Amino acid sequence: MLEIKGLRASVQGTEILHGVDLTIRAGEVHAIMGPNGSGKSTLAQVLAGHPAYTVTGGTVTYEGKDLLGLAPEERAREGVFLAFQYPVEIKGITNAYFLRSALNAIRKHRGLEELDPIDFIGVLEEKAKAVELGDEMMNRPVNDGFSGGEKKRNEILQMAVLEPRLAILDETDSGLDIDALKTVANAVNRLRRPDNATLIVTHYQRLLNYITPDFVHVLADGRIVKSGGKELAHELEARGYDWLRPEAAAV
Amino acid sequence: MTAPAAAAEHYLAAHRAFLGNGAGAAPAWLAALRARGIARFGELGFPTTHLEEWRFTSVAPIVATPFALPHGGGTSPAERDLEAFLLPGAGRHRLVFVNGRFAPRLSATAGLPAGVTAMSLAEALVRDPEGVRAHLGTSGADAASAFAALNTAFLADGAYVHVAAGTVVPEPLQILFVATAEPEPVVAHARTLIVAERLAQVAVVESYAGAEGARYLTNAVTEVVAGEGARAEVYRIQRESLGAFHVATTHSRQGRDSVVHVHPVAFGAALARHDLTAVLDGAGSSCLLNGLYLGDGAQHFDHHTVIDHAQPHAESHEYFNGVLDGRSRGVFNGRIIVRPGAQRTDSKQTNNNLLLSEEARADSQPQLEIYADDVKCTHGATLGPIDEKALFYLKSRGLGAAEARALVTYGFGAEILGRMAIPELRAQLDGLVRARLLGGGGSAG
Repeated sequence: MLEIKGLRASVQGTEILHGVDLTIRAGEVHAIMGPNGSGKSTLAQVLAGHPAYTVTGGTVTYEGKDLLGLAPEERAREGVFLAFQYPVEIKGITNAYFLRSALNAIRKHRGLEELDPIDFIGVLEEKAKAVELGDEMMNRPVNDGFSGGEKKRNEILQMAVLEPRLAILDETDSGLDIDALKTVANAVNRLRRPDNATLIVTHYQRLLNYITPDFVHVLADGRIVKSGGKELAHELEARGYDWLRPEAAAV
Repeated sequence: MTAPAAAAEHYLAAHRAFLGNGAGAAPAWLAALRARGIARFGELGFPTTHLEEWRFTSVAPIVATPFALPHGGGTSPAERDLEAFLLPGAGRHRLVFVNGRFAPRLSATAGLPAGVTAMSLAEALVRDPEGVRAHLGTSGADAASAFAALNTAFLADGAYVHVAAGTVVPEPLQILFVATAEPEPVVAHARTLIVAERLAQVAVVESYAGAEGARYLTNAVTEVVAGEGARAEVYRIQRESLGAFHVATTHSRQGRDSVVHVHPVAFGAALARHDLTAVLDGAGSSCLLNGLYLGDGAQHFDHHTVIDHAQPHAESHEYFNGVLDGRSRGVFNGRIIVRPGAQRTDSKQTNNNLLLSEEARADSQPQLEIYADDVKCTHGATLGPIDEKALFYLKSRGLGAAEARALVTYGFGAEILGRMAIPELRAQLDGLVRARLLGGGGSAG
């Protein structure tokens, strides 16, 4: 589904990713872990097409297409979804309206009929229940006045509504209490299907207690320095990241 | 004589003619009020940009035009011309003024509920002189503003709304000031007095409109008095002709536990200056100033607000959003005064400006004067182009670049409209905001 080869990216002239290689197949859950400043969020943002990052080398192939050649909205319509580390407030636009606009943009791209507000409300109510967001949150402006936990659950709600093929969760667990973490994890687990894939970017192993990854990768200094199964996450939790640094330096 | 002095002399002469014109029949207290107004105007003269309060707003074009009081036999609009400025499907009762003069034929006051008075000030002076006298001109607005003083000097008519204690008015009352295209530029000294007695509740939609392209001056003063536990909502919709000038003062004074909401929306006029003062003169009172201005071309909007916390345990929320395109300019000055003893004041102010073009400009200035120590006061202002973070967020959900921009822009207006409690008005204004910001039908909402 996704093949990243030798990806290099920089922000404001400073290279952050120094050649990332990663392959994700349909049905898989991958976790990328790493210390602060290792480039985890940069990788997530580059995959979503954030304009602040410049790709300076490498290729990303998604479903056989050149992902890097697509505008952010085209990537979304093709099924790429990024759950933001810092979700953005949109004043004056209700959550319900925003979600319907987004879903309809994607449906239109796929040649499906757009949903009217009545049809949509049915879809939304069901999905909102799964992330334990009340109806009143649907009529509030997007993320405006939401608590940190509400914002993260709102990201997962968007994911549930838009049904992406490739979901990238950028530190969705940070700032969540244990109940909210379980809610998010349960929602993500329910969305797992053989034809979609999930990439979880996280600093902590905690979320992986509830979402079992098929592969765990360690990103340090802009490269993937180690890959393994779910047991690697536990090892990282016990030993930290420092033991991997010399290995990174030796590459 | 300097231009401002000559212009002031023009109004002083007009005032002498006005007094000789049958207006002398006013009761002594009203004559004294007018005399105080013209004297104050004479002292202050027209403001210049040397004054701090007028630093960003030049009234030179107003000074340069000899606006005259309209003659009796001016044109009168047809009822259908007013429809666009009235609420569809709500607010059966209305007072309509043409060039500042009450137009009974266009108004509708039959069947007002018991305890509710809505009539012209001229009529109220005959029917309820003591009720009018108790509040008219007591706000002190004249002292601070030459324009408000001039309005009082020419006080002859206007709108009077009085709601008796404990009366809840079920439907919004509408007041429409409309200007017609006259051969000579005219001035209308629009005046409104709204009194909600103890535990009364009322919503008033006050609209200002004019014939397209007409050049005139609206010089408006609105005084709102909310008694103990009363609730008054004032929606002030400025949709003047783009050739017109609009100068206004809105002043509210609140008793204990009262609620006042003022929603100033500015779409029209070449130059619009609005001074809003809210005095929270009762413990536990609450005030909302919720404003929106949409500028294009060379439009100039200036909002100067004063929220005066005179008593403890009161709260005020102030939100002003501006969307400025073309070479338009928005000025916002938000002063918050917390008097000694006004402990536990909770005051919040925000002014956000979206600049849609390189030439559009906004100036925003908060001014906090806090003389009590146990208070919460926050303020914040933004100005700039559309937030790139917001655009990327929307695009990352599949929205195209144009749609994402439209949504964020529309959101600036929708945020303010979302605080309005009259669904029909909200829908009407939503249509106007979309037409202005999305260039027609648009896709948002």
